[in-house]
Amino acid sequence: MDFNDSTQEAKFREEVSAWLNDNVPSAKEMNGLDYLEKAKLWQKRKYDAGWACIRWPVEYGGRNASPIEQVIWNQEESKHDTPESIFVIGHGMCAPTMMSWASDDQKRRYLPKLASGEEVWCQLFSEPAGGSDLAALRTRAERDGDDWVINGQKIWTSGAHYSDYGVLVVRTDPTAQKHQGLSYFFIDMKSPGIEIKPIKQISGSSNFNEVYFSNLRVPDAQRLGEIGQGWQVALTTLMNERAAIGGGGGGVNFDSVFDLAKKVNKNGRPAIEDSQVRAKLADWYVQESGLKFAGYRSMTALSKGEMPGPENSIGKLVGAPKQQDMASFALDLLEASGSIWDENFSESNGLFQATFMASPGGRIAGGTDEVMANIIAERVLGMPQDMRADKGIPFTEIPTAQKT
Amino acid sequence: MNFEFSDEQQLLREQAQSFLADNCSIKKVRETFESDAPYDQKLWKKVVELGWTAASIPENYQGLGLSYLNLCVIAEELGRALAPIPFSSSVYLATESLILYGSEEQKSSFLPRLASGELIGCFASDETRADSSLEGLQTNFSNGRVSGEKIPVADGGIADFAIVLAKKEDSNSSAFIVDLNSPEVERIPVKSIDPSRDQAKLVFHDAPAEELGNQDSGNIILDTVYDRAAILFAWEQVGGSDTALNMAKAYAMERFAFGRPIASFQAIKHKLANVYVKNTLARSNCYYGAWAISTNSEEIATAAASARLSSTQAFYFSSKENIQTHGGMGFTWEFDCQIPYRRARLLAANIGSEAIWQEKLISSIEANKAA
Repeated sequence: MDFNDSTQEAKFREEVSAWLNDNVPSAKEMNGLDYLEKAKLWQKRKYDAGWACIRWPVEYGGRNASPIEQVIWNQEESKHDTPESIFVIGHGMCAPTMMSWASDDQKRRYLPKLASGEEVWCQLFSEPAGGSDLAALRTRAERDGDDWVINGQKIWTSGAHYSDYGVLVVRTDPTAQKHQGLSYFFIDMKSPGIEIKPIKQISGSSNFNEVYFSNLRVPDAQRLGEIGQGWQVALTTLMNERAAIGGGGGGVNFDSVFDLAKKVNKNGRPAIEDSQVRAKLADWYVQESGLKFAGYRSMTALSKGEMPGPENSIGKLVGAPKQQDMASFALDLLEASGSIWDENFSESNGLFQATFMASPGGRIAGGTDEVMANIIAERVLGMPQDMRADKGIPFTEIPTAQKT
Repeated sequence: MNFEFSDEQQLLREQAQSFLADNCSIKKVRETFESDAPYDQKLWKKVVELGWTAASIPENYQGLGLSYLNLCVIAEELGRALAPIPFSSSVYLATESLILYGSEEQKSSFLPRLASGELIGCFASDETRADSSLEGLQTNFSNGRVSGEKIPVADGGIADFAIVLAKKEDSNSSAFIVDLNSPEVERIPVKSIDPSRDQAKLVFHDAPAEELGNQDSGNIILDTVYDRAAILFAWEQVGGSDTALNMAKAYAMERFAFGRPIASFQAIKHKLANVYVKNTLARSNCYYGAWAISTNSEEIATAAASARLSSTQAFYFSSKENIQTHGGMGFTWEFDCQIPYRRARLLAANIGSEAIWQEKLISSIEANKAA
């Protein structure tokens, strides 16, 4: 056992590190740019030098890199202060779906511009009536000549307001069983018939949107998969949620709470000397190190050219509630001042308050804690699916809040 | 990145699993558990024949001189099988104490006999109701003899010798080797929360003793031995924790209620998913421990505490939720759920509680950050 790179990996890491050192945009270069411009500038620079989407085929702008090289790239990039990415969904979920289901012409047209950051993509899946139960979605598509006419509403669409294209699942046959009446399209987000309304989150920011379709026309040529095959295509998208290994995480972690406990007093002594504080910190430390070393085990599998084991599936289920609990604990350490969220006054510019308010989202986005626990129970432990009230009947006859 | 056991170690794991399936089924464990026998002597003899007691002993003392990674694999599999043998006392504690601190003469005398199974060792530190530190140590050493009482001593009723922590005349503590078969040693059996493992009270009436040949104080010996042992204990715990999870899952799949297997209810699925998560975190920390002990890393204190703490928590959680998943049947003597539950408590109590390892962990992190 060792934590060392193989000779080949070390050489790759050196090459990546050298390129990053020379090319990460300086603060001066980014001065005056908004977050979209910054993100696009950095992505274009990577693309021009062959460092964008490195696992993709060369013809689409990648460099055919291996999974372990992707992890090494992520680790090295996370050492730098780079612009926040707006391409995670496009690169991580839309592109793999296009690679599996789009025509060669479409791949040549869309993938290189995704890689270069020239075009941004979003994912239009969840609806007010279908989140964890995605296949309950109701947005309708009806055939009209060579087009489909789409009406309905999507929700929680991150980045819809700055996206050029989006992938979309809709219901094309309401009389079929739930999963069989769906079809999958990609759409031009600038088309007429699309209205985007930002959703204000409890944290105060607005990263995602409601997207309304009124008689949006989409050419049939932009359908991915057969009519009625939308669920299978959607699974390709969902399976490609990036494995959260390598790279670093932001927000509150062991180190930030440990440092806080050294700064603040509890009962007249530094909080870090309090045995309860120490016990809590110890419990979080072993969660954090457990995740880190689970990641190392996955990297080992990748390094050997194998698939990572199921240990990789626990990251979000452990990490998201942990962030929330640690932020809450940190605010408790701050006593009365924990209730103040003022960047000019708050400890660490309000990091703990910001994490406290953002972390409930982490437990919901990309699969709730409960959905993640189901996935572990079913796919890792092999336990049976829950009994379902919607199996084997047409979509129109499934009980809802309105018609139980 | 190579954070995995080698092919040779995986082969050892397969051999260990098949050997233990034949020789240490849960039915066999229950035989020891329900009998007056303090351990499964037949199993112990076979474990010795497989060379497991010799694994970490250097070759010049007739050991196998294998990597500590091999010992981690053995520990996990013995833990998984809930093996009722004094392996942890004799190998992780007594043998390791001698390897780390024994004089040349002591090593030459003891290690070959530990390797061959001629001797079983144990480790006698605790002596009060609730203090595992050496602060209030009452056992004394003077003129080559120890006096005092040690309770509880895991496997103290079956071991041939003990490593005994005692105070010297200058009131510094140290570790001593005491022959438990000498007439000045009284062994009093005590009942254990886990009857498949032996526990005893040892009373030393001026029993002949020799100091482990070393310069370190008792506290340093205790910390060093416990850090290394903690990693091996943690592997046993994580193995046992997997067994509790598998018991719960197997029962949930075959037990029907409301016309369906209880494994299809989210209440049960989420429970066992949480058990799996805790086991996975613990196992990953154990990997860190395995790396640290096999490379003599300077990070061993942090690695040991991480592995030990998360495995202790995982095994308690899985063993109690295993009973819960079984419902009323899990509370019956006839069902086996009590065995991992009891073993989890025993292993959690050996070598220091959760609170002690939480404190050790944060202290070691503070020391690393200060360095």
